[in-house]
Amino acid sequence: MKRVGWAVALIVLAAVPLWVGGSFYVNIVSQILIAAIFALGLDILVGYAGLISLGHAGLFGIAAYTVAILLEHGFGHSVAIIAALGMTLATTMLFAVLALRTTGIGFIMITLALGQLLWGLGYRWIDLTHGDNGVSGTSRPMPFNISLDSADHFYYATLLIFVAVLIGMAILTGSAFGASLRGTRDQPRRMTALGFDVWTIRFIACVMSGLCSAVAGILFFYYNEFISPHALALSASAEVLLMVIAGGSGTLLGPVAGAALVVIMKSVMSAYIERWNFTLGAIFVLIVLFMPEGLVPGSRRLVRFLLAAAKTGRGAAPARSGG
Amino acid sequence: MTALAIQQLDKSFGGLRVARGIDLVVEAGERRLIIGPNGAGKTTLFSLITGEIAPDGGSVALFDDDITRMPARRRAHLGLARTYQIITLFPKDTLLHNLLLSLLGLSRLRWNPCARLAKQDALQQEARQRLAEIGLGHIADRPLAQTSYGERRRVEIAMALAQKPRVLLLDEPFAGLSLEERREVRALLATVPRDVTIVMIEHDMDVALDFADRITVMHLGEIVVEGARAEVVADPRTREIYLGE
Repeated sequence: MKRVGWAVALIVLAAVPLWVGGSFYVNIVSQILIAAIFALGLDILVGYAGLISLGHAGLFGIAAYTVAILLEHGFGHSVAIIAALGMTLATTMLFAVLALRTTGIGFIMITLALGQLLWGLGYRWIDLTHGDNGVSGTSRPMPFNISLDSADHFYYATLLIFVAVLIGMAILTGSAFGASLRGTRDQPRRMTALGFDVWTIRFIACVMSGLCSAVAGILFFYYNEFISPHALALSASAEVLLMVIAGGSGTLLGPVAGAALVVIMKSVMSAYIERWNFTLGAIFVLIVLFMPEGLVPGSRRLVRFLLAAAKTGRGAAPARSGG
Repeated sequence: MTALAIQQLDKSFGGLRVARGIDLVVEAGERRLIIGPNGAGKTTLFSLITGEIAPDGGSVALFDDDITRMPARRRAHLGLARTYQIITLFPKDTLLHNLLLSLLGLSRLRWNPCARLAKQDALQQEARQRLAEIGLGHIADRPLAQTSYGERRRVEIAMALAQKPRVLLLDEPFAGLSLEERREVRALLATVPRDVTIVMIEHDMDVALDFADRITVMHLGEIVVEGARAEVVADPRTREIYLGE
């Protein structure tokens, strides 16, 4: 049943350019998928390792800036993408070594500081990043000689990468390492006593999370063909964290739902509602009040409750008539 | 052969000395009981042995290997397992998953991000067997949070035993249990083979004194009395610590 659901979702997503009509909405779905990849990456840390990062936009931005700057200096797309992944991985490792000296509020503050450091570099290292003006791209890559310039083609490339990330996440979370990771989130002391190397497990989680952020950052740059320090700002880190929390951390679909909510509010509803930020805030408050575990787990709970209520109602009715 | 040899172990938290030159030798296969009033430093001694707390001075040897500076996780791989005074398990997960984690801790599989845990038949089978051995096989798939305190205590001991320990440290395994639950835990501990050395902290003397080969009495971070059951019970210092002068 679950597999059928996934297959239907994939077919619906694959048919998006056919049924949404117009490149504007296809681009919106592309944005959702990019944000979802970013949120899924952060969810490895927040949902599965229990480590809240407020510096992930920095990692996302490092990847985007690396591609942008290398392309600007005449390098090819392959070199730029590989270098961006490498650069982000190296930065993630450095960040992880520094931030994993602590957990809880300490981890949040260190990641916040490191993220702000990268934002500062993007903003102030003008010779390299052009400061607030940002770096523009001139072309998108052409994998297998297929141009990604059209909205549809870019969407399919993004969808392919999104599905790969989602499958990767599903394998990871169901794996022995995934169990180890969740164990370090729930009882690090016990895990150490059981022989697990808690620090290294968390370090690997940071690296995996950074890799997803890099992939999202590269896609983000190619989607906009532009990157500026705004993408690295604290608000961007907070936004992706909200996607994870609102959708449901520690779940596969939660970050995707959270990403969809935020992107739709930002890109679609903002055209109709002037104070869309206020509306988004109100939605988050409602989620926290009525579905504190997030939209996806909360909806599952609601469905279970309604099904149980319906079952009870059906069971009770004959009893009443019989009496 | 000596299973555990502790020499001149010292630990202070600020101005508070919680371990004062502790010397303790436990022979292989021995059942050692550690008693003492609250604040005597018994649990701290366990944490110093397992490496959760680093000592200020002294040494800890496990089967003649000096493990004083060894990280806690590596001590587990050398055969040192423990239970906690306050049960420290994974309440949201099933009993089976709790057991799986303890088996996974010593397996290289724990690093594998591709191997599906649900498909690891050998591990699953062993975990179920371990649960069956403690009489909880029928609720293997129940979340731990939905079990009784006594069942959780048995799961915790089963997890420690699943680590194939050479030295097992039990921190108040009977605390908070009903009479029936105490009998069950006692029966479980009686099944532990003699090649596993057991050091136990316990306040319930009825249960603990029967269990122990030798007894160590601690008070204010020091070992005050040590010996066989009759010696320790007869020693006036034991009475002084428990009853006052």
